[in-house]
Amino acid sequence: MDRASDLTDAFVEVKFGNTTFKTDVYPKSLNPQWNSEWFKFEVDDEDLQDEPLQITVLDHDTYSANDAIGKVYIDIDPLLCSEAATVISGWLPIYDTIHGIRGEINVLVKVDLFNDLNRFRQSSCGVKFFCTTSIPRCYRAVMVHGFVEELVVNEDPEYQWIDRIRTPRASNEARQRLIFLMSGELQRKIGLKVLEMGGNAVVGYLQCFDLEGESGLVVRAIGTACTLEKISTLPATATHPSNSSPSKDMKDSPQAAPSTLGCRSTHSSPVHSASSRLSQGFSVSVPTLLFAGMKPRHRSSEAPRARQCRQSLFLLLHTYKHTHILRHTHTGTVLMYDPVSPCVLMECVPPCSDRPGFGEEAPGVPLSSGPPTPLRAQTFSSFSPSKSYSRQSSSSDTELSLTPKTVGIFLCPSSPALESESSPLPSAHLPRHLRSGMASRSTTPPPLHVSQSDSAMLRKSVSFSEELLLAVSGMGSGGSAGKEAGPLKALLRQQTQSALEQRGVSSSSEAFVRTGEYPFFTLTAFPPGFLLHVGGVVSARSVKLLDRIHNPDEPETRDAWWEEIRQEIKSHAKALGCHAVVGEEVCILSASGTAAILSSRFMQDAPLETEHRLSRQPLCVFSTGSERVEGDMGSSASLGFEEVVSPGCGFCHIPYDELNIPFPAQLTYCYCCRRYKVPDVLFTTIDLPNEANVTGKGCLIQARVRTPHTADEQTKATRHERFVWSSYPNQCGRDHAARTSGVYLTALPSPGGIQIAGKTPSDITYEQHISNMQKKINDTIAKNKELYEINPPEVVEEIIGSPIPEPRQRSRLFRSHSESSDEVSELDLSHGKKDAFVLEIDDTDAVEDIHALLTDSPTPAGFYSCNTEIMPGIQNWTSAIQMFTSVRVFRLNNVNLTNQGLNKIFTDLCENLLKSLYFKLRSMVPCCLCHLNFTVAIPEDELIQVAVTAVAMSFDKEQPLENGKQSGEKTLIKAITENDEQLQFNLELNAETSSPNPLSSPKGLSEVGSHPSARAPSVDYSSFADRCSSWIEQLKLKAHTIRRGSVKTTSSLEKASPLPEGRSRSLRSNRSYSGSSVAVVKMTPLSFIPGAKIIKYLGIINMFFIRETTSLREEGGVSGFLHTFIAEVFAMVRAHVAALGGNAVVSYSMKECVFMENPNKNQAQCLINVSGDAVIFVRESELESTSVQPQSATTQTSNGGEGT
Amino acid sequence: MSVELDVFVGNTTIMDKEVYQLWLNGYTVNDAVKVRIDGGVMEECEASAEVLLSDTMDQYRTFQMCERLLHHPAKLANQLLFQIPPDRQAMLIERYYAFDDSFVREVLGKKLSKGTKKDLDDVSTKTGITLKSCRRQFDNFKRVFKVVEELKGPLVENIRQHFLLPDQLARDYAAIVFFANNRFETGKKKLQYLTFQDFAFCAGQLINNWTVGAVDNMMEDMDVDLDKEFLQDLKDLKILITDKDLLDQHKSHLNNETSHPLSLVCTALRGKTNVFNEMEANFKNLSRGLVNIAAKLINAKDVRDFFIDLVEKFIEPCRSDKWTSIDVNLYLTHYTNSAHILDTFKHHAVWTRYMGVIKSCILRMYHD
Repeated sequence: MDRASDLTDAFVEVKFGNTTFKTDVYPKSLNPQWNSEWFKFEVDDEDLQDEPLQITVLDHDTYSANDAIGKVYIDIDPLLCSEAATVISGWLPIYDTIHGIRGEINVLVKVDLFNDLNRFRQSSCGVKFFCTTSIPRCYRAVMVHGFVEELVVNEDPEYQWIDRIRTPRASNEARQRLIFLMSGELQRKIGLKVLEMGGNAVVGYLQCFDLEGESGLVVRAIGTACTLEKISTLPATATHPSNSSPSKDMKDSPQAAPSTLGCRSTHSSPVHSASSRLSQGFSVSVPTLLFAGMKPRHRSSEAPRARQCRQSLFLLLHTYKHTHILRHTHTGTVLMYDPVSPCVLMECVPPCSDRPGFGEEAPGVPLSSGPPTPLRAQTFSSFSPSKSYSRQSSSSDTELSLTPKTVGIFLCPSSPALESESSPLPSAHLPRHLRSGMASRSTTPPPLHVSQSDSAMLRKSVSFSEELLLAVSGMGSGGSAGKEAGPLKALLRQQTQSALEQRGVSSSSEAFVRTGEYPFFTLTAFPPGFLLHVGGVVSARSVKLLDRIHNPDEPETRDAWWEEIRQEIKSHAKALGCHAVVGEEVCILSASGTAAILSSRFMQDAPLETEHRLSRQPLCVFSTGSERVEGDMGSSASLGFEEVVSPGCGFCHIPYDELNIPFPAQLTYCYCCRRYKVPDVLFTTIDLPNEANVTGKGCLIQARVRTPHTADEQTKATRHERFVWSSYPNQCGRDHAARTSGVYLTALPSPGGIQIAGKTPSDITYEQHISNMQKKINDTIAKNKELYEINPPEVVEEIIGSPIPEPRQRSRLFRSHSESSDEVSELDLSHGKKDAFVLEIDDTDAVEDIHALLTDSPTPAGFYSCNTEIMPGIQNWTSAIQMFTSVRVFRLNNVNLTNQGLNKIFTDLCENLLKSLYFKLRSMVPCCLCHLNFTVAIPEDELIQVAVTAVAMSFDKEQPLENGKQSGEKTLIKAITENDEQLQFNLELNAETSSPNPLSSPKGLSEVGSHPSARAPSVDYSSFADRCSSWIEQLKLKAHTIRRGSVKTTSSLEKASPLPEGRSRSLRSNRSYSGSSVAVVKMTPLSFIPGAKIIKYLGIINMFFIRETTSLREEGGVSGFLHTFIAEVFAMVRAHVAALGGNAVVSYSMKECVFMENPNKNQAQCLINVSGDAVIFVRESELESTSVQPQSATTQTSNGGEGT
Repeated sequence: MSVELDVFVGNTTIMDKEVYQLWLNGYTVNDAVKVRIDGGVMEECEASAEVLLSDTMDQYRTFQMCERLLHHPAKLANQLLFQIPPDRQAMLIERYYAFDDSFVREVLGKKLSKGTKKDLDDVSTKTGITLKSCRRQFDNFKRVFKVVEELKGPLVENIRQHFLLPDQLARDYAAIVFFANNRFETGKKKLQYLTFQDFAFCAGQLINNWTVGAVDNMMEDMDVDLDKEFLQDLKDLKILITDKDLLDQHKSHLNNETSHPLSLVCTALRGKTNVFNEMEANFKNLSRGLVNIAAKLINAKDVRDFFIDLVEKFIEPCRSDKWTSIDVNLYLTHYTNSAHILDTFKHHAVWTRYMGVIKSCILRMYHD
């Protein structure tokens, strides 16, 4: 930099892998323009996916070292999939870990992919990744293969010896780069697994980091492997993929094109489009095969771990089996898996041993208890350690089996791959043919598999089998995982490994097939009919001491841990009688209440160590659990219903035997159909099924617990958010409501107020008090009913009288207990059984507090909040959305507070936070805060960090029904329904894939895609400055990426450029002074955008940033620092999305926000990890007109690509 | 227990106009919260003081982060850090560049230097505007001045383009820049009765008529400086007073009905005004005053005193004679026109250009 003029002599380094190119120095300017030629990289197989493209802008110094200005990391992964983006072109922020955003650079990146015909290739280009936890809107699931996970461990550069001598900037950059590398690798590996399974996409992809300090850096990811098909695509395309087996595909698509990276500033844009085409086959057929294969899998050989665990598992299985059966009979549905059981049991044992890991809780805790234990799902316990919330997902147990839901299951397999269906999956077959439940998938399948699949295929299938099986059943269930993702998510690699090992075994002896597996799904929304019953929430946690790791760099160890946890969850799920586990930790079970109780116990057992350990140092643990609760008491069904389970209520029927209720729950006959029993409250971690009957509006229920930590540990805060849906039977008009959460220390109905019933234990002393409280509570209940538009036709009392043994209102008490072991004993959760409301007040001192807790301030008029995707009961969304992130850190000054005191404080904190949100968003009234999820962390003693990311969506006041058509919501639903219908349709037809879809109307759109009008309009660039000076960089870099083996040359690249140019923003002089020239990019944590249709998914956005400052005060203190950083992160996400050609990010989430400060040194550091799906959406109103455009755009693009 | 950190960041940046105004006015966070509480927001939204505080802090931070962008408004539209709807952007800019008339009166015509900035606390005390706000306004003046100073082309247009200001505001800034550049004296006691808008009007006249850009529309020159050639030519007007004959002739026209009924000053005025006698008596003085002003404008120092001179040499005498503004208008109209009839007077173009501005300025300034 020239000191006199404050101008820079800038140049750029473009690096990919080990290859680096440089531009010339552009002297003395804040608006350098390089207009470089293309930089061409030829890249090896693995690097293509692992490496980010790094663009470093430097200030040339003749005599001293060049000064870094900033960097841009570009994930080229979206370019590797033919259906995603074709080019990255636009202004991207130049980011420096010390100074933040320092300017922008215009870059053009293109990838030409040569197909790798090598079967043993290491890359998995072409697999699509989605963060969305439901089937992406413009796709349809041909098949859901199951759960995939991967984990990568590396040394944390921050803790290497060299860190002592290098600058903070160098360290931060080393870390950022490493994480980019690791996530690339992770995606690649997961992609490979998916390919092995025959899928072509990963839905509900969730990636997490564990910063374990000196023991390493862990990146984990989970997802649900699917075979997706574009809805709108022409039949031709669909068929194409299906036919080809993976290997074939590769051959077919050899079009390699050189990919170029160009950074260019001025208009000269040379750009072009890079099209990467990998033809990956998504062989549909394959999937089916896989499917079959999957079931069989069981890991026969796994490292023996906790024996106890095994044992317990075994037992569980056993018992559960029975239950299932019973249940089935009840429902009339057959569980596939029961049949298996016998065989399974046999086999299981060994496997169990392998699995020992089930108990997440850690080895120490045996799952001793029989059925009940499983229940423990700690749902409420909230401990879920790390930020991961354990969502509870409910899945239908029997999906596999037959009930209508089965259909859903079938769907998957059936649609694309015809072949597979018939032959491969036993289970599938069974269900269809034998709905009666005979089918135990276990035995039958294996043979089939063998026959069908090639050995290779088998293997794959085998390896995944467990999960797959589960998946099959659980397909629908999935969503929860995503949330919980936290630590749990990462599935064990071991699993896979073991799976591999097993393959051999399994393939050889199919007999082993275990039926018992529960699939994990990372989805939260399922096709209608997919969910049969919702069991409840299951969760598990464990704590590990990092210092016991002998070889920290080996991922296997951690894999094993995860494995254990997953196993634990599975066992819980079994206890509840469900087949599928949604999310990792979650199982679908009906009795949530129970689960909660159990969990608390569970907590007790394994008090000290909560799961966190993975994510953090062993000692500091905090857990957050957010759970969603669905409270459906009854479903409404007309009395006369016969066998058929009405869709509206079926999912709430209990999956388990009523005689063996795992936890104390009140069962009643379903209000809808009156045939089956339903629990009084359902907790789930998934979105409310569309078909569910819902009365009134939902509201947010919150429970918070804060307990002082135990001995040496720090305090832990736990907080649960639960969303309760009250579904009241519409038809019958009975209502019940039971929902509530009273909690011993903590759970409390949130601002919205739920009906609360409190009953004192027998404590006489407080009666007076309590009666007062009771009164207030009753008032509140009445008010809330009105507020939420719950108008039960009949009075509760009547219900009581009704023949059916009905529960009356009951409130359930969950306790969320803190982990501290000491405290555990205080509460007994067993109160659930009591009639009426139970509000246990066991601590005399707590009375006042409880009172305070229960009388939360109401939400302001016009506000609703929920932590699900959408608020039940509200349908007419307008297009106004506002996504936000809010972070607060509190310091507790008084360490000696009692539990109640702490809880009170914590409650206040959260209350205030919510109030602030309401206040800030008051201009959007009426609106609903959706996807409201709190992440609580304890960065250090006495500090509580609460982070919230949510979206506020306004809606029309009018009655939903009347205006429903207009509302986006409705359309949404419609779309979904259509989707579902399609699925079903397919299933029934068995794979007539090509049948034209009515829905697909926007046909061409989806395919195309690349740059709809939405693409970022040209921006004039004016330099943006950081505090020092504004920087604008215009770079024209050209880079070329070629896959190994490809032969292309770059020569012709230039030709392509014209197109890009048009697109690229004109930097220059034409400054338009008015109006915004930066493309507007919407962001939302939801999977959809109200009032708009997503026409194309451009790829996943997964970014990791570090920001550090040594001048904290000057930057406005911690708040100023973090505020800036978050704003910068948003800006970078938006810029990358715009560069991909998108205009929105859906399923956005901030998965990690680690903030550390040292005020004394005037320093602070923050790490943030965000992810989401870049999409192009079109307003429904504009759909018609725009639809044409994108197509043409694409065409052009493709032409350009060809030209090269 | 204390809140260590409290941050709220929206994808679309949320900005409350009311808070923005409080921030612009230089209120501290606490004061702003008080004002808001008094404003009744709390009842409206069921908020508590804590919530208000948190919200206010957030917004203040946002504004601070935006501030450097606001220094170069064109960047606001192109930056990536904040996603702000265009109408919001316009609001932000307009309000940021808005200023208080009472403040600008204090600074108008002063050199926009550090010295002046140091005196702002006095200005703050005097006007009751917070120092922070004074500084912001001062810095705005200075920034605009610096950017526009060397630019060619129409001043107002330049300001509007570079700062994206609405038309009226751009004109006001043009006036401020113009005054600052020419260092017109506006602070004297005799000028205190004039408002900023009076000066802004005059500045507009000067800019439109006396600068190079006024004559030559080619974008070659700047509007900031007066047209030197023109000032030079003004010296020639002196003939109107130095040449006795001419002066008398000019004046005589006041009386001599015969020579040129319509254009002679006095002829035209006689009977139309109650103050005719005073006019006649003062004609020489007034005429000498105006012409002297013109003749001296070539000196930078006298340019600075332009407004004072106008007041002293013309407005005050008229006022003491109780002329109404109609009288003044009549007088100036005829005074201007009649000069053209003078046989020996050749400088018609310069005279017109000069008197046109003088007349409108005086008329604007002729009030209490």
